Amino acid sequence: MADDREIKDLERALEQIWEIAARLGLDPFPTRFEIVPATVMYEIGSYALPGRYSHWTFGKAYHRMKTMYDFGLSKIYEVVINTNPSYGFLLETNSPIQNKLVMAHVLGHVDFFKHNAYFSKTNRRMVESVSSHAGRMSEYEFKYGRKTVEEFLDAVLSIEEHIDPNFFIKQERPPQTEEQRAAGLPKEGRYDDLWKIGEPVASPTPPARELPRGERLPEKDLLYYIMRNSPALTDWQRDAMGMIREEMEYFVPQMQTKTLNEGWASYWHSRIMRELELTDTESIEFAELHAGVVSPHKGQLNPYYLGYKILEDIERRWDNPTAAEREQFGRKGGEGREKIFEVRELDNDVSFLRNYLTEELCEELDLFVYELVEEEEWTVTEKRWERVRDQLVSNLTNFGFPYIVVADGDYNRNRELYLKHQSEGAELDANYARKVLEYVFRLWGRPVHLETTADGEQVVMRYNGEEHEED
Amino acid sequence: MSVQRNDWSLQRKGIIDQERHKDRVREAIRKNLGSIVSNEAIILSDGKRSVKVPIRSLDEYKFRFDHRKRKHVGQGDGKTRVGDVLGREDGRGQGKGGSGPAGQDAGADYYEAEVNIDELAALIFEDLRLPFLEEKAKQAVPAKTTRFNEIRRTGVMANLDKRRLIFENIKRNARTSSGAKFGNVKKEDLRFKSWEEDNRYESNAVVLALMDVSGSMGEFKKYIARSFFFWMVRFLRTKYDNVEIVFISHHTEAKEVTEEQFFTQGESGGTVVSSAYQLALEIIRARYNPRDWNVYPFHFSDGDNYYSDNEEAVRLADELIGTCNLFGYGEIGEEGTSGYRRSSGALLSIFKDRLHRKERFVGVRIDEREDVYPALKQFFGQRGVEA
Repeated sequence: MADDREIKDLERALEQIWEIAARLGLDPFPTRFEIVPATVMYEIGSYALPGRYSHWTFGKAYHRMKTMYDFGLSKIYEVVINTNPSYGFLLETNSPIQNKLVMAHVLGHVDFFKHNAYFSKTNRRMVESVSSHAGRMSEYEFKYGRKTVEEFLDAVLSIEEHIDPNFFIKQERPPQTEEQRAAGLPKEGRYDDLWKIGEPVASPTPPARELPRGERLPEKDLLYYIMRNSPALTDWQRDAMGMIREEMEYFVPQMQTKTLNEGWASYWHSRIMRELELTDTESIEFAELHAGVVSPHKGQLNPYYLGYKILEDIERRWDNPTAAEREQFGRKGGEGREKIFEVRELDNDVSFLRNYLTEELCEELDLFVYELVEEEEWTVTEKRWERVRDQLVSNLTNFGFPYIVVADGDYNRNRELYLKHQSEGAELDANYARKVLEYVFRLWGRPVHLETTADGEQVVMRYNGEEHEED
Repeated sequence: MSVQRNDWSLQRKGIIDQERHKDRVREAIRKNLGSIVSNEAIILSDGKRSVKVPIRSLDEYKFRFDHRKRKHVGQGDGKTRVGDVLGREDGRGQGKGGSGPAGQDAGADYYEAEVNIDELAALIFEDLRLPFLEEKAKQAVPAKTTRFNEIRRTGVMANLDKRRLIFENIKRNARTSSGAKFGNVKKEDLRFKSWEEDNRYESNAVVLALMDVSGSMGEFKKYIARSFFFWMVRFLRTKYDNVEIVFISHHTEAKEVTEEQFFTQGESGGTVVSSAYQLALEIIRARYNPRDWNVYPFHFSDGDNYYSDNEEAVRLADELIGTCNLFGYGEIGEEGTSGYRRSSGALLSIFKDRLHRKERFVGVRIDEREDVYPALKQFFGQRGVEA
């Protein structure tokens, strides 16, 4: 139990940590830490934000996390919320050292949220937004029945990751060209056209206009396209879909930068903790904790470890470039810190790994590609570093989800929905795809088609509301 | 920048949504009872409280890659070489050796739910009734029992509650002076167990499990019988205080066997059904007087009785029905051969034609595992209500 004295101690430590972080160049949002019991920690962890709408999938995640914790199998030390001000949650059973490490780690994340380009458009008042969503959602539950809303959400959630994270670049209305803008200036008065009555129409052919977003195809944002164009949805359903889409827009940058973000936070908690004055026992406890966070998991890839190692490697290579690097790239040396700050600002996982995972690092980390051979044995099939790197990058593309677009919303001239999986080698789990098509049918209300590849051949899976077909 | 601690005690969202998930699991179980009832994990659960059962349509379906057809990137301990085998696909024993996304078996569209057997039983028994129960329950014998359920400061030394005594002693020591430890026992530390006499009405039921173990009864058929009896006994236990089960196996002769022998031993030879009924009647006469016991004989066979025995079998079955609450007969077909292979000379159709007291007879046909649940429903169906 954290009593007042413990909170005082933590506040003092936080001040120290904050000061060190600022001195080392971090620039996080103001951050509020809160000590919470395990039930609350796991609740926030399973909803990813406090106060979201209700759905059984959250309950399932909560139950799983809580059970793991109760049986001592896994434990979350920290949860951080990307808002301004930011929130960090500390588990009340944490030891003082654990709390310090968590605070330093959280400040790393918050700095990343504030400065990484992929987060530049995230809603920093998301907690308020999701709580208003939750209110609307429960209103709909009251009005239309819990079962109805739940079944609808089941369908939407099945495709929730299929939004376009770069939506803000490809805006809803196409930007005006220079001429259009020039032609528009000075603006005609509202009634000026009255004077033109009787005159021949000046420009019978307006410049070819690009279609607004939502009509342009192909469209990567399935949620947006269906929400806008589905012949089957009612108003509350479109609204619910819009809310989920908005929440996913908030989460997608986190999914795109998992490795880099965790690497960054781990790098900084280790640097900050080194600066704190720790007793011998504390140092040992810290070393153990840190080793636990960034330890390689046998067989799997630990994003904390991978990101941490690559950042350290970048810093080393820009601090002490080889003669060749000096000559070829004009690196002066001593620019390590500066370089990693640049990386934290510009990169996501895909570019981070593609640009900075080197041959030496692949070797040192003993990375490899493995696959199922003859449907029987998981076998290491590739050690050449470029192939390993490319595989890793390819698996992280679209944050690990299949890239699926709407190719036609009026297929067969019958308002059927034609989706296309841009496969690039990896094939879909057909059973799951069939289930999702059933859900998409629920949203679209008319037959749905999905073009993909299976066993190297192009196939189209179809669902018409009654049965599945494939050809 | 601050550190705070707030009152979160009203925060219950996770728990509420967890309840929603549980609702869904329950609903899915209800829809899948047919296949769950005969699931090995439950039938062979051996007294475990809960088991994992695969349930269809309960996952969160997304577009995802078939991880078995995909290349993954892993990390080794520094000595990995091309060609190293990390694990086998189905090698449960040695684990997947870190073969990546565990628990994402493509092709399997089910979710493994942890099912509490008692909850499951409650669901299954929801629409089961106990046929012809009333008359026996009224005649139940009063039984006197003694229950130790009280603690007093005085009593007979033989009833001394040592655990409580130590507790009281430590508490008193802590209160007075010497600290919380045991020692210096005084009279005031003593606690005695005391009892109450209880007159309860006990109702008894006996299941006579009869099974054909002739050469034609294979693994599958035995398993069906086993899962049926599993639920039958369990169900009867919810209605009666005392449920016994007698196992009788027969081929051309019948004998009483242990549970283990009943479900595991195979014999060869032909089938004389009447021998089993004869033995059942003898056992009822000797040990389970129908005035005190509710008797439920249930017989599983593949129906290939010796032709010359049919007459006798029908006569004894009629007699058996006269002494018991309900007589059940299950005819099990070969696995997966539903429908067309129903031999015409089989006992089931003979029973249906020729038994005199059909209202207390239930005959079911089981061809697949999924048939166990309907059979249970038929056996413990609504019929008992109006009787």
